[in-house]
Amino acid sequence: MKKIIFIVAAIIVGAMVVGAVDSIRPFGEPGASPMDDYFIASALKDRSSENVVTSIVFDYRGFDTIGEAAVLFTALCAITALFREGRKKL
Amino acid sequence: MIGNAPFFVVGVLFLMGLVSLFLSKNLIKIAIAISIIGSAVNIFLVSLGYRAGGTIPVHFLAGEGSTMVLPTPQAMTLTAIVIALATTALLLSLIMLVWRHYGTLDIDEIRRLRG
Amino acid sequence: MRPLSVVVRTGCDLFAWFLIVFGANVIIHGDVTPGGGFQGGAVAATFITLLLVAYGGKKVFSWVRPGIFNGMLIFGLMAFFLLGLMGFPNSFFYNFIAVPHEVVQATGHGVIPPSGTIALMDIAVGIEVAGALSIIVLSMFRGIRLFREGPMEEESGHDR
Repeated sequence: MKKIIFIVAAIIVGAMVVGAVDSIRPFGEPGASPMDDYFIASALKDRSSENVVTSIVFDYRGFDTIGEAAVLFTALCAITALFREGRKKL
Repeated sequence: MIGNAPFFVVGVLFLMGLVSLFLSKNLIKIAIAISIIGSAVNIFLVSLGYRAGGTIPVHFLAGEGSTMVLPTPQAMTLTAIVIALATTALLLSLIMLVWRHYGTLDIDEIRRLRG
Repeated sequence: MRPLSVVVRTGCDLFAWFLIVFGANVIIHGDVTPGGGFQGGAVAATFITLLLVAYGGKKVFSWVRPGIFNGMLIFGLMAFFLLGLMGFPNSFFYNFIAVPHEVVQATGHGVIPPSGTIALMDIAVGIEVAGALSIIVLSMFRGIRLFREGPMEEESGHDR
């Protein structure tokens, strides 16, 4: 019974994956993307930054980066708390 | 068909990670499988932003008047890589403590011991 | 862990400081060439890992003081946050000292890079990531002593 449910669920998930992959855009043609064109044009002209990716990470989408720094800081606090001194007994 | 080869590579890599995640019994191998799945997602994000004939999004190296690949998926991938690094470090630390507490890494034996 | 053999230690002596130099190069030129704060910080954090692998824990913990990396982490985070906060009459993370490209080409630029807060945030995040990864590696190495009852240097190591 368990195996039958597993096989049916696998077939349904596989069909959904195939249906999703069927409607993907082909490789090399991402379609119209005005936001990226604005970034490419504006990064050198307004900000005089040659590297577009760095200017997106630190300027246009800086709020993402501060969340990322928070994630790194949280993981560091967790690791330091796990391996702190005086935890010989456990 | 052959033009979409990066997407097939991503699919094969994702399936390899998924099968290894379901079938392996060792906690270190499960951590490696999670890392492989994360790498597959990163490659998918970068390959979604490729324009045919595009160069890297650095004005200094690309030259004048050339089309560039989309820079936003690359920036998001950079964020995802750092978060995956933090997650992997925390995961390996927890695995170290599990090995200290139980003396084994086999998930069946850990379930059986329950102490 | 005991120190490794003479060959590994000599290789470490040769190449360890160049990792710092290469990481600083990637961080400082983050707004011009490929690279940036995170990548350069990860390269610079390889220094302490190489020292740990080659020389073992006892010498390295007598050389470095972990408070230095803590200070690097806090300094980087606060500099990053304050640089984001200083653009506030317009918006959070507003680039308030960027110079447009025509002005730079016409008049040249001074001490601060013309990309403004992008280059400064690169340096801040590079310092932060280098400190954070060094603290993670040192903490996980110190966690190995949880597995032995005796002192840390008594483990069965590699050769020698």
